[in-house]
Amino acid sequence: MDKEYVGFAALPNQLHRKSVKKGFDFTLMVAGESGLGKSTLINSLFLTNLYEDRQVPDASARTTQTLTIERRAVEIEEGGIKVKLTLVDTPGFGDSVDCSDCWLPVVRFIEEQFEQYLRDESGLNRKNIQDSRVHCCLYFISPFGRGLRPLDVAFLRAVHEKVNIIPVIAKADALMPRETQVLKQKIRDQLKEEEINIYQFPECDSDEDEEFKKQNEEMKGSIPFAVVGSCEVVRDGGTRPVRGRRYSWGTVEVENPHHCDFLNLRRMLVQTHLQDLKEVTHDLLYEGYRARCLQNLARPGARDRASRSSLDPIPALPGPTACNLAPHSCAACKKCWRRCKLRCSRTRLRASSQILCEILTAA
Amino acid sequence: MRGSRKRKEGRNEELRNLSLSGHVGFDSLPDQLVNKSTSQGFCFNILCVGETGIGKSTLMDTLFNTKFESDPATHNEPGVRLKARSYELQESNVRLKLTIVDTVGFGDQINKDDSYKPIVEYIDAQFEAYLQEELKIKRSLFNYHDTRIHACLYFIAPTGHSLKSLDLVTMKKLDSKVNIIPIIAKADTIAKNELHKFKSKIMSELVSNGVQIYQFPTDEETVAEINATMSVHLPFAVVGSTEEVKIGNKMAKARQYPWGVVQVENENHCDFVKLREMLIRVNMEDLREQTHTRHYELYRRCKLEEMGFKDTDPDSKPFSLQETYEAKRNEFLGELQKKEEEMRQMFVMRVKEKEAELKEAEKELHEKFDLLKRTHQEEKKKVEDKKKDLEEEVSNFQKKKAAAQLLQAQAQQSGAQQTKKDKDKKK
Repeated sequence: MDKEYVGFAALPNQLHRKSVKKGFDFTLMVAGESGLGKSTLINSLFLTNLYEDRQVPDASARTTQTLTIERRAVEIEEGGIKVKLTLVDTPGFGDSVDCSDCWLPVVRFIEEQFEQYLRDESGLNRKNIQDSRVHCCLYFISPFGRGLRPLDVAFLRAVHEKVNIIPVIAKADALMPRETQVLKQKIRDQLKEEEINIYQFPECDSDEDEEFKKQNEEMKGSIPFAVVGSCEVVRDGGTRPVRGRRYSWGTVEVENPHHCDFLNLRRMLVQTHLQDLKEVTHDLLYEGYRARCLQNLARPGARDRASRSSLDPIPALPGPTACNLAPHSCAACKKCWRRCKLRCSRTRLRASSQILCEILTAA
Repeated sequence: MRGSRKRKEGRNEELRNLSLSGHVGFDSLPDQLVNKSTSQGFCFNILCVGETGIGKSTLMDTLFNTKFESDPATHNEPGVRLKARSYELQESNVRLKLTIVDTVGFGDQINKDDSYKPIVEYIDAQFEAYLQEELKIKRSLFNYHDTRIHACLYFIAPTGHSLKSLDLVTMKKLDSKVNIIPIIAKADTIAKNELHKFKSKIMSELVSNGVQIYQFPTDEETVAEINATMSVHLPFAVVGSTEEVKIGNKMAKARQYPWGVVQVENENHCDFVKLREMLIRVNMEDLREQTHTRHYELYRRCKLEEMGFKDTDPDSKPFSLQETYEAKRNEFLGELQKKEEEMRQMFVMRVKEKEAELKEAEKELHEKFDLLKRTHQEEKKKVEDKKKDLEEEVSNFQKKKAAAQLLQAQAQQSGAQQTKKDKDKKK
């Protein structure tokens, strides 16, 4: 039967317009030992100079240094889209000789952001809630060792249920291709053994094209990403200028997929999964924190029990929703439709968690 | 008399240089020395300090062109331990007994406060072993297998910024005990322009913190020049590899990346060749000498001063050593005797105490026994009294019974008599 054209197929466009007007915000945390190239990588990722006036302290000063949390906010614009990017840095991590409990300030910081959001959400005036929650944590692993070190494991264990972790092998130009594969496999095995939950890429929809699916599979297979960062542009004789590191024996090209996984990381972080990271933070990690918090409030005696038990299983994002919008066949609409789908599922999840809360308070 | 005065004068004056009129032949003395040492064989001990996976084993393999088999360590060691392995190498007619000491688990723990301790203890233990051998009465130093560490290669991670705090702390503890040669490991991560800055940062940090690394000797003219030029490049930025890659038309040790090939023995790529020159080809003997004359002597002096020895005059040194030794021995014996006396007294006291206790116990037992005996006797008497009473009662009863029977019999008899009398009367 031929349906008459009503016009709500333009909803995705309206959504698009509104989101552009509102702007996006994203909080990224970088963690790892000093000297692994975190600042250089961030500058390469966002092609700006976020770390202009850095002072790297001496070794003697770092002997007993404690970890501090530094926040840097910048606004970057591309194609009319504004993004407020907040970078959370953790200088002093792993620097001192005794690093026991050096991850506690980080855990406290993440939980403080959740707490702030919870307070804002439960307040009376909810017009302008600033979302300062950490959406993603890039953890830098040293390429000079043989896998994760005890300090890495301790940090990841402490934050894996509170933030999306993306493990990254830093300074990957220290490793030959074979060595990179061995190290990646070792890290994957160690993560599985220690039961650390890193950020999982969502599965592709079945109606995506083969090219996208293949790309997605490739990206998933190359975690942890082996990256090289550089702020210098190298101009070799005949070839075009590339961003890279120049050595006497050759030049490492940062954006060459045969040299390192930088492109994959950038694509994943900025181009395809930025929104998903935010949503997982909101729907899974934040809801988990909220449920735990409210559980503690509802039954003060159950505080011990709650703290001992693991995270309450929040249902995973459901599949296609009850949205009856038929997608337009063009690619842009498809993208918008995907986003709209996820938003609908989020609303449903909110409703179900409200019910959960009622049950808990009634109990 | 006159002769002795002349001798004394001769000692205080300068030695006269005499010229020889012919060839005597003592210019072969160094050769004799060399021949003797070569026949004995040389011995060299290297300590490699660096975090797990930094490339210590690979660099040793590359330096000595041999595959020293060993299992790579994991990051899960609970503490730092030292692993020493000895190898016999031979090149032309020179035999080398090489010992490589590895630090396993260095830099892996979360709390690294005690990481330097096992290393310092190991070095001291080797010095101690040599000292003990030296102090023996019957000693054989000429064929003693010297295990003292001659060189310590400190592997610095190529962060590009500066030293790590653990490096600084460890090097400060080791600089007075061993010849430290700092090297930058995995140097193919550092680009040329960054390398210069990194090296000068490291050297300035070492200087400002008072860490004394090994200085290549510049007093001998033959090696002074090369040592001076090489010292400028400290710390050496090295790359190690045991794999061979075809470069041009020959095979060379290298690491093959998608963007190029790093050749280990190419001086433009890394300082491996410089390290090999300095460590093995030029200064190996000097390292051994420094270890013996500087580090070992310092250890020996500290140890002996601890034990109470003192130098009074250089002249009377042998005597004061003996006297001090005697005095110490007497002191020691006196102490032993005193201890023995104390122990004996304590023993006697204890025995007395025990005896007194036992006596007390005996007395108590006796008393108990007496008490029991008395009680027993009393009981016995009571029982006897009761028995007597009972017997009396029985005899009374018997009497009564007999009396009663008699009466009865009498009564019967009188009854019978009465009947008889009645019968008679009736007749």
